[in-house]
Amino acid sequence: MIALPDFVQHILDHFGSRVMYGGAGIDMHCIQVTPEHVVDLCRYLKKQTGQQFNFLSDMCGVDYFPAVNRYEVVYHLFSIPQQHRLRVKCRLVDPADGDLPTLPTVTGVWRTANWHEREAFDMYGIVFEGHPNLQRIYMWDEFEGYPMRKDFPVRGYKDDYNPFGDEKEGQT
Amino acid sequence: MTEVTVLKEKGSGRLGSQEVLLNLGPQHPSTHGVLQLVLQLDGEIVERVSPHIGYLHRGTEKLAENFTYTQIFPLTDRLDYVCPPCNNQAFALGVEKLLDIEAPIRAQYIRVLMSELARISGHLLIVGALPMDLGAMTTLLYTMREREMVLDIMEMIAGARMHTSFCRVGGVREDLPEGAVERILEFCEILPNRLSDYERLVAKNRIFLKRTKDVAVVAPEDAIDIGLSGPNLRASGVDWDIRRDCPYEIYDQLDFKVIVRENGDCYDRWMCRVDEIRQCILMIKQCIAQMPEGPFLTDSPTIAFPVDKELLKRSMETQIHHFELSAFGFKVPEGEVYVPIEGPKGELGFYMISDGSEKPTRFKVRAPSFVNLQALESGTQNMKYLADVVAMLGSLDPVIAEVDK
Repeated sequence: MIALPDFVQHILDHFGSRVMYGGAGIDMHCIQVTPEHVVDLCRYLKKQTGQQFNFLSDMCGVDYFPAVNRYEVVYHLFSIPQQHRLRVKCRLVDPADGDLPTLPTVTGVWRTANWHEREAFDMYGIVFEGHPNLQRIYMWDEFEGYPMRKDFPVRGYKDDYNPFGDEKEGQT
Repeated sequence: MTEVTVLKEKGSGRLGSQEVLLNLGPQHPSTHGVLQLVLQLDGEIVERVSPHIGYLHRGTEKLAENFTYTQIFPLTDRLDYVCPPCNNQAFALGVEKLLDIEAPIRAQYIRVLMSELARISGHLLIVGALPMDLGAMTTLLYTMREREMVLDIMEMIAGARMHTSFCRVGGVREDLPEGAVERILEFCEILPNRLSDYERLVAKNRIFLKRTKDVAVVAPEDAIDIGLSGPNLRASGVDWDIRRDCPYEIYDQLDFKVIVRENGDCYDRWMCRVDEIRQCILMIKQCIAQMPEGPFLTDSPTIAFPVDKELLKRSMETQIHHFELSAFGFKVPEGEVYVPIEGPKGELGFYMISDGSEKPTRFKVRAPSFVNLQALESGTQNMKYLADVVAMLGSLDPVIAEVDK
């Protein structure tokens, strides 16, 4: 096995069984973590010398419908002083019917996560616990459903303004 | 439409003091598109700014997940419509990384050339638009004149002024047409003098300085924390440019200076862009000098259309590939990729997950304008008055099409 870069090895040593190495990928290394430890890991990644991931490039939700535990949140981190990148993935456990998947917010670590989390909430219905202002960001407040989910039709649902949309289940 | 809601009357100590809620936009010329800012005002003093976005949301990501990779190119054009070649380039680089191929050297030079031209056109717009927001109309008329020259060059090369869609996976669509190089060089001769003109017009103007110097200052730590990137970050004194630090395509062959300024106020953000245009001109000249002859599209019949169109008439195999490519697109191996580039507005990247089919499972745009806009909400010091908000918004240079995706 090829030796991992120091910063990845340090994460794995420091967190032990709480994180999992997710493969080298073709562009950057990946770390998998469970929702309970995501804030701890992010705080460590930002503050620890040798890591210094001070720039949250991007974060987004992913929907692997129809797989079990379909939602995942992916963070792309970058360290401006060290010039390295890292991908952190957090798979969410499917909630009971009618509930939304949840994980803790990282707005306390990087302020830029604020709008990214609102976007993930708006598009996938992922709830970020402790977020200061978790509202829809693109869609209007009264909008029903989460448009980026794989089971949401591309043309939306039929209503007065959208005659070409799909019929909603249970409607006549 | 501007609507004022009175929240509460303040105590009788100050004359006519009441807290009001003011809607700036979504249809307001100084918001650069359909952006709505809800301002909580105490007289003229701004207490809170909350941007409301989404008026231009077109569901690019959702659409892209139902399109083949080649069909996505026109969608990326419509993100940052001021400089589409950069978006095309970022997307093409991502797909190429997934496919594990590289564009031919000449194609890489053409892409960089186009991107730098687009960067000039994007920066010219903001160099003129910020003074206009602050009441100096003249500069915009001048910068638009030069921007028109860039658009003419784009039309000559790609056939379209704005939505060029010139990149393809594995290269570019066509070679540079005859006379394009001369035209670009001519433009590179004209522009520096014109830039000095703008600076003479605006940069030392007392009113402009009053409105922008030390206004809406973003400290370097705040800038990183909010996620600013590109010229907005460099104006705050953070020395980071993806073109230099993690060079993609042929940027490592080019000799250029990364413009960094210290104060992080509106003036520096504006000045940073003026200086970057000068660097762009240098890069374009180097590109043209270094550009080798050779193919402009990769020779891989399952990914790219044949360069030699005559082949289509003679070779059955070419026809089959051509049909399959047009009808179904090409398959991309399983995997995920995030390749960021230095767009005119900042770090621009596409995160794509492929499941091995012709369409991406997940397509996420890391839109720099979207992230930059957060600076309006928090992290900005000395944005005290209503007029400062307009200056801040103009100097952040958001393109609402990119913010709203």
